[in-house]
Amino acid sequence: MKSVIPREVESLWTLFTAPTVWALHFIVCYATVAIFCARGLASDISFDTIRLALAIFTLLALAIIVLSAYLAWRQWGFGSGDPPHDAPTRKDRRYFQGFATLLLSGLSFVAVAYMAIPLMFIAECQP
Amino acid sequence: MNEELGNFSPQERAAQEERLRKVWETPKGIRYWTSVNNSQIGLWYGVTAFAFMLFAGLLALLMRLQLAVPENDLISADLFNQAFTLHGTVMMFLFAVPIFEAIAIFLLPSMLGARELPFPRLSAFGFWSFLIGGIFVCGSIFFNAAPNAGWFMYPPLATDEEYSGIGADIWLLGLSFIEVASIAAAVEIIVGIMKCRAPGMRINLMPMFAWYLLIVAGMILFAFPPLIAGDILFEMERMFDWPFFDAERGGDPLLWQHLFWIFGHPEVYIIFLPAIALMAMIVPTFSQRPIVGYSWIVLAAVGTGFLSFGLWVHHMFATGLPQISLAFFSAASEAVAIPTAVQIFVFIATMLAGRVIFSVPMLFGAGGLIIFVIGGLTGVMVALVPFDWQAHDTYFVVAHLHYVLIGGMLFPVVAGIYYYFPFFTGKKLSDFWGKVAFWLMFSGFNIAFFPMHFSGLRGMPRRVFTYPEGIGWDWFNLLSTVGAFIFAAGVATLVIDILRPKHRPHERNLNPWNSGTLEWTNDPQESWGMRSVPIITSRYPLWDQPDLRRNIEEGRYYLPDAKSGERETLVTSVLDAEPIQCLRVGGLSYVTIIAAIALGGVFIALTFHWWIMTIGFAIITFIAIIVWLWTGTAPIPEAPEIDVGLGLKLPIYVSGPASVGWWAMFITMVGDGTAFASLIFGYFFYWTIHEDFTAAVPGPGAFWPIMALVFFVVAWGLTLLAREFNNKGAAGARMALVAAFTVTVAASVAGLAGPYLHGMDPTANVYPATVWILAIWTVAHAAVGAIMQLYCLARSFAGKMTAEYDQDIRNVALYWHFMAVTAVVTFGVIGLFPMVSA
Repeated sequence: MKSVIPREVESLWTLFTAPTVWALHFIVCYATVAIFCARGLASDISFDTIRLALAIFTLLALAIIVLSAYLAWRQWGFGSGDPPHDAPTRKDRRYFQGFATLLLSGLSFVAVAYMAIPLMFIAECQP
Repeated sequence: MNEELGNFSPQERAAQEERLRKVWETPKGIRYWTSVNNSQIGLWYGVTAFAFMLFAGLLALLMRLQLAVPENDLISADLFNQAFTLHGTVMMFLFAVPIFEAIAIFLLPSMLGARELPFPRLSAFGFWSFLIGGIFVCGSIFFNAAPNAGWFMYPPLATDEEYSGIGADIWLLGLSFIEVASIAAAVEIIVGIMKCRAPGMRINLMPMFAWYLLIVAGMILFAFPPLIAGDILFEMERMFDWPFFDAERGGDPLLWQHLFWIFGHPEVYIIFLPAIALMAMIVPTFSQRPIVGYSWIVLAAVGTGFLSFGLWVHHMFATGLPQISLAFFSAASEAVAIPTAVQIFVFIATMLAGRVIFSVPMLFGAGGLIIFVIGGLTGVMVALVPFDWQAHDTYFVVAHLHYVLIGGMLFPVVAGIYYYFPFFTGKKLSDFWGKVAFWLMFSGFNIAFFPMHFSGLRGMPRRVFTYPEGIGWDWFNLLSTVGAFIFAAGVATLVIDILRPKHRPHERNLNPWNSGTLEWTNDPQESWGMRSVPIITSRYPLWDQPDLRRNIEEGRYYLPDAKSGERETLVTSVLDAEPIQCLRVGGLSYVTIIAAIALGGVFIALTFHWWIMTIGFAIITFIAIIVWLWTGTAPIPEAPEIDVGLGLKLPIYVSGPASVGWWAMFITMVGDGTAFASLIFGYFFYWTIHEDFTAAVPGPGAFWPIMALVFFVVAWGLTLLAREFNNKGAAGARMALVAAFTVTVAASVAGLAGPYLHGMDPTANVYPATVWILAIWTVAHAAVGAIMQLYCLARSFAGKMTAEYDQDIRNVALYWHFMAVTAVVTFGVIGLFPMVSA
């Protein structure tokens, strides 16, 4: 396990991991269908192929978000110490970061899942 | 942190106070305006923004009078167009965003326990830019020259010179100027929140307001630059006929809509989040308990900040984009309701858990939330594509956006005014008149805007200056007009309450609401902010840290003195707020005012195509900025370290990522990079919409762009070398700087040679225009980079930059990292992409 899971870093930036994954997923989905529908790139690729590719990409994005959630949970000491995390200690600061990051991972997971709904139901470009 | 607190005799304390007062003194008479202190700048900023709001409100009343009855001829169609364009523009750009920059500049230092934000002169520059740009834009209506194409300036209407006249230029140039001010404020706020908190104020103890403002400033950095890029394209079309939005020559008006709304939608949240931030300060105070769900608020702020960038196309549902694209944005628009609702539930939970005191600020806060929730619900409705197609461009949308903005922004701001008035002045506003103002505003607002849902559903389009009788809109409009005047009466009550003379309270009470946060230790009579910079151990230090106020006032914490005669504040680490530097900030200055006036002159002269004057003002701006940097930044201190009290010695001068200047450069360049990315987006946008995006026009070739690319990379390498050599001695660094400058010039020439030698005519088609704009963007940045190299050279010769004191070259090297990326992307794309694509 140790080789796969990144070690713990102390930084403000980790808070933004999951929303950043959402943003990248969003841009890729939007740009792919926009370019496909506008340019009809290489006509041997069908819209269904695009949907399938984006569906796989969505699963990948969700997996990364779950990983970030796991890291956040770890930063929160695997759920030890309930909020409000308001003591003036490094431990509470880390728990706060972990808990907030975990919440953001949840929101990002839902937001990415929302993006998958159009992929499921819309089967052509339909300008 | 268990440091022994300082202990001074009353005589020592008086002497300290004398010195502090002298250093932080606000000058009298005309020199008052040279002040850069955050309390003056914040106050001027706020008053100016509020005045612009009242002006835009009068325009709204004018429109409501015109629409009160069918077939009215009170004002002409053209004046009506100018009125609604200016109303929207002023409310968004001159009130909603600046008022928060004002509040942030005013409150943040006190909330964070700092004496001052890290770049006070930058704040002053931002304010003066805002004032000049704002007066220019507002004043145009008195010359019948105001912008008249709607606050989002859609081409081709707004590019039609005959229709839009000079108004569109005033909009574009005036607002670009103000956008510069906003980005300046964003830099100030981010660095301030990350680096200038009181010792011990770890990020889990930061006031909610700071969390929100940190996110909002980050959003400004990614939202405003696309609009600046759009403004550049737009102005090039209007001024030089480069066809970016002209469909006949390959342009596309939709690109403007994309760039505008990539800015415009996050903008709504840039306005909304700080208002909620005020609520997050007010609700705990009047519930007399800490906020419930601190982390949930952080989730909501960050989550909203991100998701708000995935919503822009919901303003473009009716433009014929593919269904699936629309559905993506619809999904994101629904998702953003989640974090928004979380914030509201947090407030409700806090109120339920505490004992609510229903004061005037709470009244405005709660009333605002009710209005906002209604606006949010209609927002969920219009986020659905089929519904939006029905409601698009009708009064339903007018109702929706006013419910969101007035409920989500104006009411909380008024709540904030009532709440923080004693903080500004030491006096409270009237409870009685506050309640009168609230009920007038609340009822007036609903009477004015609720009927608009129905007139909209009955088909009344936005922006019409009149309408025929008897098609079912008459009564709704009359009602709206009556409501608008009731609402205005409420605003007038508020203004009178603020302006009327008030008695000073008998007892000095700095914390009349019994709030828990640090800003309430400040004495409005003194301009030093914190008497001494405290050690913080709680989210609500005034509730949890006994004796805090007394210890601050007795100077028992850090920086109780100003022996050096300089304005000093503490810099602390990002996560745990451990003190790392004693930062000296700039004091009174004319140079910021001169720089702002001259830059304003550049934009105004450009509007009227007075080229010589433009160049003259540009030169003055340039000189002013160089003087500002040369005299005001990175001075070599008299000693490496200074005693900040409690037995702690801290460095005065730091460079690289530890310094606030490095961060300011980094943050500015992130914004700059976003503008550049928007231009690159434009290049590829045109590629997607055309079969042959070059329109068979010859491109810049591959040779010159590749030469430029290589030269720029070499110039970057030489600049980094100069930074390294500088550690060992001046001679090597100076040689490397000269070489870097020479190569930069060569690279710039090569960069322009491609499009020039291939005879690319930017007015012929959008393709050459796009190539030229990218090349010019990059070369303009290279010019700035070259000036920086010369600046470092001069600093080195002047002995102001040495091996030990190397802030200048380290910041310039950081600029050049971004410069290198810009050059590689630009010349890689314009040189190689046409070949790849063919």
